[in-house]
Amino acid sequence: MATAPVLVLIDHTDDGAVRPAVRELLALAARFGSVHGVWVDPVAPGADALAELGAHGASQVHVVAPNGEHHLTPVVAEAIAVVVGSVAPRAVLLTNSFEHKEVAGVLGVRTGAGVVVDAAGLEDSDGTFVATKSVFAATWTTRCAIRTPLAVVAVKPNAAEVVATGQGPASVEVHAVDAEAATAAARGVELVERTERAPSGRPDLSSAQVVVVGGRGTDGDFGPVADLADVLGGAVGATRVATDEGWIDHEAQIGQTGVTVSPRLYIGAGVSGAVHHRGGMQSAGTIIAVNNDPEAPIFEIADLGIVGDLRTVLPAATQELRRLLG
Amino acid sequence: MRIVVCVKHVPDLMAERRLVDGHVDRDQGDGTLNELDENAVEAALVLAAEHEAEVVVLTVGPDDAVDAVRRGLQMGADRGVHVLDDALAGSDVFGTATVLAAAVRHVEEDGPVDLVLTGMASLDGLTSMLPAVLAAELGLPQLTLATELALTDGSVQVRRDLDHATEVLRAPLPALVSVTDQSNDPRYPAFAGIMAARKKPVEQLSLEDLGVDASFVGAQGSRTEVLDAAERPPRENRVLITDEGDAGARLAAYLVDHKLV
Ligand SMILES: Cc1cc2nc3c(=O)[nH]c(=O)nc-3n(C[C@H](O)[C@H](O)[C@H](O)COP(=O)(O)OP(=O)(O)OC[C@H]3O[C@@H](n4cnc5c(N)ncnc54)[C@H](O)[C@@H]3O)c2cc1C
Ligand SMILES: Nc1ncnc2c1ncn2[C@@H]1O[C@H](COP(=O)(O)O)[C@@H](O)[C@H]1O
Repeated sequence: MATAPVLVLIDHTDDGAVRPAVRELLALAARFGSVHGVWVDPVAPGADALAELGAHGASQVHVVAPNGEHHLTPVVAEAIAVVVGSVAPRAVLLTNSFEHKEVAGVLGVRTGAGVVVDAAGLEDSDGTFVATKSVFAATWTTRCAIRTPLAVVAVKPNAAEVVATGQGPASVEVHAVDAEAATAAARGVELVERTERAPSGRPDLSSAQVVVVGGRGTDGDFGPVADLADVLGGAVGATRVATDEGWIDHEAQIGQTGVTVSPRLYIGAGVSGAVHHRGGMQSAGTIIAVNNDPEAPIFEIADLGIVGDLRTVLPAATQELRRLLG
Repeated sequence: MRIVVCVKHVPDLMAERRLVDGHVDRDQGDGTLNELDENAVEAALVLAAEHEAEVVVLTVGPDDAVDAVRRGLQMGADRGVHVLDDALAGSDVFGTATVLAAAVRHVEEDGPVDLVLTGMASLDGLTSMLPAVLAAELGLPQLTLATELALTDGSVQVRRDLDHATEVLRAPLPALVSVTDQSNDPRYPAFAGIMAARKKPVEQLSLEDLGVDASFVGAQGSRTEVLDAAERPPRENRVLITDEGDAGARLAAYLVDHKLV
């Protein structure tokens, strides 16, 4: 008997590009069985997307065009439930965005599955999925077993190393969602307007390997932060103070009410290290802090702490890195 | 009109938190109203003033959780409902949502509930799944992560800022809305509000009162089980230097030495 597949919800842009975090999910899923993608969109995936999904381990992609607004999370959950009913997977993996956590929850209601979100790792322990989570601003690590036959897990960025399998394009299977079921799933919600943000030219913040963050200490000038991010090929993040001040867009906010990041390298400049901010970054591999106050709490968690003025330290570091990497 | 606001009592974020047997140690003293639920209470109070609504603050949790309800009442809500039962310990999001849904239906016995409001996440567990799960349980339209919220002619419209997009959603009432910390600035209870709250009623309910089967909730009803919990070891080999003109170069060298570039 072939083992049951693992489904991965394929997060993609409105114009059909697969978002980078999906590759990690595919690599993680491949540890547990054959990997099937789920593509929820009235527009089927293009050849590029199918090639990329195939090359990262998905043998099949289930395309579901719900007869309803495919951006509404309950409708996405209904679409996945249709595929779950058809292929009886062991698990469904999703990215850890606020929207996909909701999809995970509604899918749990719909299918009776056990759900874990914010998972930093996932293992198969004698047929039971066990997820690792860090809680309380990443000061504690818990292991959580999913007792139901179907496991639904939203996985944080950088939980698995991307693997290029070299397989050919994924094959496509099309599923239909009953129009009545899709309408019922939306429960009367109408999407009046949706504007997708244009890509920034920098890596996606939530899945970036390197994140350089500016706080109140930048005093509104993100130039030195952006320059350092660019020389490192990283993304730019911010504290809530910086986004509230309007120095940078709200989607750059890292923390408990913003984006959660777990990059290999986090550099915070003019960031005090408030508990709300730590909640979104403390699981980073290496933490570097530049702050002119030797008492700043961020130094308690920094691998390298530099007491100094970011307006001189950052440009000097950028210049030196340009020279070294030049 | 009637608005139910779901609030959670969480350990104080600033206090050191511990896990005992996989669950948050609630005996550590000072808990508070989940800060993000203050935004939900605030949103309810603003709407109530505009539309003459009754505001009911609802929580599911142990004894102390009543403090979260009290805080809501001090801010200006009219009455509270506290679901308290030993069988609830260890509930997962589905168990909690089942109980909250039963409690909302209980409030409906006094007259229709037009809006259920929640915060965006609880700062202890931070799953942010509850609003969507509760909406599904109640069969209500879900409009989550609202940064702006307006009620007009029996419908609710919200604006939401997501990771990759901005959306405007609309739905007929009754509906469930979760609000973000960007949606408003919660008021601080005035002395008069604190005094008035003492006289406001808080109804205490058990699972039996709500007709909820205890086997669906608590640790035994949970679909997931915490196997173990460990405090993360502190980071080792931490270095703190003071800039003497060479810190930029030392930062660069650190990255090179640690193979981070
Ligand atoms: C419910 C709630 C949710 C929240 N969610 C979030 C969240 O998701 N993310 C978040 O970030 N915050 C969040 N906050 C806010 C959080 O509590 C802090 O207020 C915020 O993180 C502080 O931002 P900051 O570090 O930029 O500013 P500050 O705390 O003011 O720190 C600025 C730092 O810059 C240093 N500095 C000043 N000048 C220089 C210089 N020239 N060179 C070097 N260093 C300098 C100072 O010494 C100071 O340490 C939340 C708050 C609440 C109540
Ligand atoms: N036990 C509870 N009682 C009442 N409301 C809750 C409870 N748990 C969560 N909520 C609500 O659900 C929101 C999201 O919580 P969570 O899904 O736990 O992150 C919170 O902001 C509260 O409004």
